[in-house]
Amino acid sequence: MAFKIVVCAKQVPDTNEIKIDPVKKTLMREGVPSILNHDDANALEEALLIKDKYPDTHITVISMGPPQAKDMLIECLAMGADEAVLASDRALGGSDTWATSNALAAVIDKLGGCDLIFAGRQAIDGDTAQVGPQIAEKMDIPQVTYVSELEISKDMKRITVKRALEDGYELIEIDTPCMLTAIKELNTPRYMSISGIFDACKKEIPVWGAADLGVDVDKEVGLDASPTKVFRSFTPAPKGKGEMLEGETECDLAKGLLVGLKSKHVI
Amino acid sequence: MAVIIIDEKCKGCKLCLKACPFEAIDMVDKLAVLNEKCTHCKQCIPECPFDAIIDEEKAGEKADLSAYKDVWVYAEQRAGKMMNVALELIGEGRRLAREISKDTKVWAVLIGDKVEALAQECFEYGADGVYILEDALLQKYTTDGYTKVFTEVIADKKPEIVLFGATHIGRDLAPRVAARLNTGLTADCTRLDIKVSSYIDYAEKYTTQDTSDLDPASDDKGLKQTRPAFGGNLMATIITPDTRPQMATVRPGVMTRRERAAGAKGETVRVTPVLAASDIRTNVKEIVKSAKEIVSLTDAEIICSGGRGLGTPDGFALVKQLADKVGGVVGSSRAAVDAGWIDHVHQVGQTGTTVKPRLYFACGISGAIQHLAGMQSSDMIVAINKDPDAPIFEVADYGIVGDLYKVIPEIIAEWGNADTLYEATIDRSAE
Repeated sequence: MAFKIVVCAKQVPDTNEIKIDPVKKTLMREGVPSILNHDDANALEEALLIKDKYPDTHITVISMGPPQAKDMLIECLAMGADEAVLASDRALGGSDTWATSNALAAVIDKLGGCDLIFAGRQAIDGDTAQVGPQIAEKMDIPQVTYVSELEISKDMKRITVKRALEDGYELIEIDTPCMLTAIKELNTPRYMSISGIFDACKKEIPVWGAADLGVDVDKEVGLDASPTKVFRSFTPAPKGKGEMLEGETECDLAKGLLVGLKSKHVI
Repeated sequence: MAVIIIDEKCKGCKLCLKACPFEAIDMVDKLAVLNEKCTHCKQCIPECPFDAIIDEEKAGEKADLSAYKDVWVYAEQRAGKMMNVALELIGEGRRLAREISKDTKVWAVLIGDKVEALAQECFEYGADGVYILEDALLQKYTTDGYTKVFTEVIADKKPEIVLFGATHIGRDLAPRVAARLNTGLTADCTRLDIKVSSYIDYAEKYTTQDTSDLDPASDDKGLKQTRPAFGGNLMATIITPDTRPQMATVRPGVMTRRERAAGAKGETVRVTPVLAASDIRTNVKEIVKSAKEIVSLTDAEIICSGGRGLGTPDGFALVKQLADKVGGVVGSSRAAVDAGWIDHVHQVGQTGTTVKPRLYFACGISGAIQHLAGMQSSDMIVAINKDPDAPIFEVADYGIVGDLYKVIPEIIAEWGNADTLYEATIDRSAE
């Protein structure tokens, strides 16, 4: 029996590349690329490292999102994942983390379960870090988050992980099946290989809707079922622009700064 | 609360497409149509000149939420020491409780083994009461153990609000507890409000949003949870209208601790947790404190941060010299951390630490939104950057366009002369 790993991945806008229109104060999203979420790439890489060591490992990457998220899944296949599945349906739109975890847990169930669920710590667009643990809760399996190192026993039954804390780490043993979330310290994701890209393009990526997943669109997934709702959203008010210092030399600039800081009683 | 587009009113002008941060609007047969990327963030609504986009309130049965009362704070402790964020949240929880009603209380929930002694600290920082859940199996934090006992006491006592610090442990525990209770959880909040009137005050002071549709006299006492999203590019206020408790994690360093009231007293309630060793499916073999220098960015009065503009990892040596000179600590942007120039513990920003020092130096930092989100409430911001168009200058109190390798050494050299320089300018203006 192959060791089955499910990697949860999300396609996200590269939030580092986003700028605010200085006049309209709205987001400028033109030219902002969609990418595989960084932490998820670390999760996939770790799954691939396990497969490198134990070839009888099967990796399925799953995602929920619009049809375009297939591009990201092709990238995951090209990195070396065996298969990929996308949950995509209008009825899934507007899901919060609780509802998203219902949908993704249903995907994993439909895949026949797995020995290890690997997710990134958090996505750079939402930054919630909640979906991984909530999938684990729905599936009633144990979890370790913020994994920075991992060692799997030869019989694939026990995993020893380093869990990063703010001021150190914990060494934790956990038995499979379980859910782990990866941080970037875990590894350096590999690039897609040429043959990987070639093979990936030939692979079919199934797209499953709410009906395929057997989830209740009124009670389990989507906007209405989500316990949290957006009350308002807005762009943060920019802090007022201050003074640009002028000066002939660097020394003048430095002096001008110190005088300014002194006059405002900052120093 | 769902955004919908009324086809009959849509003229196909595409203004909403530009307003949407999520590329969630497509043009189909010359009409705007929402696709599955829509998060119902409502950014498009004010942009539509034809009132074709509306926020539809779903009429449905409301659950009875009246059985839930009081505000709880997860009093996170590690090895018998309270986390700062827990003390901050006790103060914030007290403020929220009093906004709900004068007899709403804030409770600290202490979970661990032999943690009773910490109750006094909770009282002194503002807790009206403390729940104590002790068991030898709770000596170390485990997801399974803590989730079980915390969920059971919440289900039994029914708090209206439960707050957690957004620490590595809080963010491990809170999602499991919320999922088990089938309630909502909002991550990494930076602002919490109860009364609509306080929310309006906040919105008018710190945001650009139009609050004219909000009723300051509204009797809505739901928790309004404001958080940065989209890498700090967008702020969202989240509510949990139909389920209880309302749960949130809150970033460390954002809320202010109350002044400690020595000898303060409160109510103590002991709850005996029901827990067996077999409930805990992980084995914490070892907890190691890092030998690396602890960077206390949240407590720092002065922070000197470096970014990609340093050009090389060695640039941090100069930033460190500046920090040593001015009595500050070294921070960094995500770009510098991603480049491997400096450890993540130094990172300021949305995915790093949120800071609000008295003085913040941004050296060679362009000012990506995700960085600004973590430092723009600093009292005074000084930016040094080669690029005069860098967004960091939009938030800087003082901006210097120049080569930081030339400017910083001058600041270091002149730092001790600040008094003399300042007096010279006063003398001159007096003449």
